[in-house]
Amino acid sequence: MLRTSFVSLSIALLLFACAPKEQTATSTGTETPAVNGGAVINGAGATFPYPIYSKWFDEYGKAHPGVKINYQSIGSGGGIKQLTAQTVFFGASDMPMTDEQLKAAPGPVLHFPTVLGAVVPVYNLGADNTAQLRFSGPLLADIYLGKINKWNDPAIAKLNPGVKLPATEIAVSHRSDGSGTTFIFCDFLSKTSPEFKQKVGASTSVQWPVGVGGKGNEGVAGIVKQTPGAIGYVELIYALQTKIPYGAVQNKSGAFVNASLDSVTAAAAGVNMPDDFRVSITDPDGKDAYPISSFTWMLYYQKPADKDRAKTMVDFMKWALTDGQKFTQALGYAPLPKSVVDKELQALQKIQL
Amino acid sequence: VSASRRKRSQSSDDRGFRILTGAFAALVLLTVFALAFELARQSMLSITKFGFGFWKGTTWDPVSGEFGALPFIWGTLYSSILALLISTPIALGIAIFISELSPRVMRTPLTYLTELLAAIPSIVYGLWGIFVLVPLVRKLELATPESLKKIPLFNGPPLGVGMGAAALILAVMVIPFTSSVAREILKNVPAAQREAAYALGATRWEAIKVAIGYGKTGIIGAIMLGFGRALGETMAVTMVIGNSPQVAASLFKPQYTMAAVIANEFTEAADELYLHALIEIGLLLFVITIVINALSRILIWSMKKRSSRVITIRPLAASEAAA
Repeated sequence: MLRTSFVSLSIALLLFACAPKEQTATSTGTETPAVNGGAVINGAGATFPYPIYSKWFDEYGKAHPGVKINYQSIGSGGGIKQLTAQTVFFGASDMPMTDEQLKAAPGPVLHFPTVLGAVVPVYNLGADNTAQLRFSGPLLADIYLGKINKWNDPAIAKLNPGVKLPATEIAVSHRSDGSGTTFIFCDFLSKTSPEFKQKVGASTSVQWPVGVGGKGNEGVAGIVKQTPGAIGYVELIYALQTKIPYGAVQNKSGAFVNASLDSVTAAAAGVNMPDDFRVSITDPDGKDAYPISSFTWMLYYQKPADKDRAKTMVDFMKWALTDGQKFTQALGYAPLPKSVVDKELQALQKIQL
Repeated sequence: VSASRRKRSQSSDDRGFRILTGAFAALVLLTVFALAFELARQSMLSITKFGFGFWKGTTWDPVSGEFGALPFIWGTLYSSILALLISTPIALGIAIFISELSPRVMRTPLTYLTELLAAIPSIVYGLWGIFVLVPLVRKLELATPESLKKIPLFNGPPLGVGMGAAALILAVMVIPFTSSVAREILKNVPAAQREAAYALGATRWEAIKVAIGYGKTGIIGAIMLGFGRALGETMAVTMVIGNSPQVAASLFKPQYTMAAVIANEFTEAADELYLHALIEIGLLLFVITIVINALSRILIWSMKKRSSRVITIRPLAASEAAA
């Protein structure tokens, strides 16, 4: 789930330019001179949680003078790479690391969910039609596979009784930039449609059978707003902030749920949490759960070499998971359910200090 | 004594200066080679896995690890050539007007304004593209008669975003480059050339033709500069081209370019092979740019060889002379 800022893009290109020297490309977490006699801790990764992370680091820094935490939002892939190369102390990602990625890291890596996000379908039925639509996983999958290409298709009409659907063609749009948003959306479609799983699958970028790609949430939203008959998907935060109307999505229990911070938190509560927290919460159980939701994670080494910085970050995590959660809603993030927070506080003890 | 000392120190200054500037020049060469080497090294996985099949592969599927560059190569060359076709006549028209025809008071403001176009960041062009150009193109597409839509060039849904919008925005971005260089070239044509033409009874148009003929190689160079600019343009293009990798002749269909796919997918490409495939796209773009530059050099060089050819001036027809 990724808001690609141009800053992150330019940093990425910079990294691209000096990719071979990754170990020296960014200032190393362990050698940066301390500010105010305290520690500077560097992290890098996902852009989606950047606003809440910078708020947290700022607030935590105010309460703990001398602690300075830097975060570069270079993208989840970059965060994992830099963590593996040990150029940063912690990483952040919208996708859990794969088994191969974990194996490639020089030591065991722990995942900690920090906040929740969601993806919502947005559409444009024409200037004079503001009907609120309902979607299901299989329906969205068929639209994105190009199998359903008219708005008045019986499959859409069936889920939306009483709604006047135009006979226009559906103009499908998706993200063109690699993004956690795409991953979560495709993850949900893959779980609910075997055909989508087989033909497209889930990743930050996929091979779309149909449609145009817009760059970033704003690109997709732009296409949808301007094109009568268009459908797209954007981050919930983006839809809330820009006040774009979005559709309800049917969850596993059969209920049509509107995405909201509460229904997203409910999705996280309905999941059977494994000990390593690497879990997809799309299509979860729970009557009130919004089905296209996801965690975003911070990544730490289990056996950090730098014990001082590790102590600071464990303390920070404890704060972020408890007191820090109160900053989430104002910024449009769904807070973690208590069950997840409790389990994480336990798991933090695994980090060897 | 002092004179000879000064001489000696001067010559050592000269040598030092030569070494210093030589080192800077060598730095350029070194950068090019280092760039090529690193791009190749960083894309080894993809090069060894796909070989030359990478050039002609049409699948780009990060989920299954299937990568082919053809749709991106096609999109890059097609959009740049279209942009060149649109921009060249306009850019040359601007250059000729400013250097040959415009009233003196308008010359400076016109020059300044065209150069200002070159200074606008491409992201601004992109935003303008999304909010102004794309809706305009969509209106054009909606107004296209059905009979025309049967031609492959105009086939496709009226989305606005697509090859047509990309070619137009590239053309706007390229115009200032081509026209500024072409204007400089025309300005540097010796006055004697025009005077000689007038002396032979040439009309104004014929005298301009003489000047253009004199600066032909430079003008070709100006066009190629614009082409190079269009090939590498990233941000504005990705915002309006629709980012869908397919090889299609249609102006209405969304397509993709090499620079755009790198910018779009690099940040989130965590898989090794995926990353290497993206870097190989960068390598291909590098190679294509070099080949096109080399071709334009050869073109200019062959034109210079033939430049001894005499430019003929049409003698006045009797009716014109009478008038």
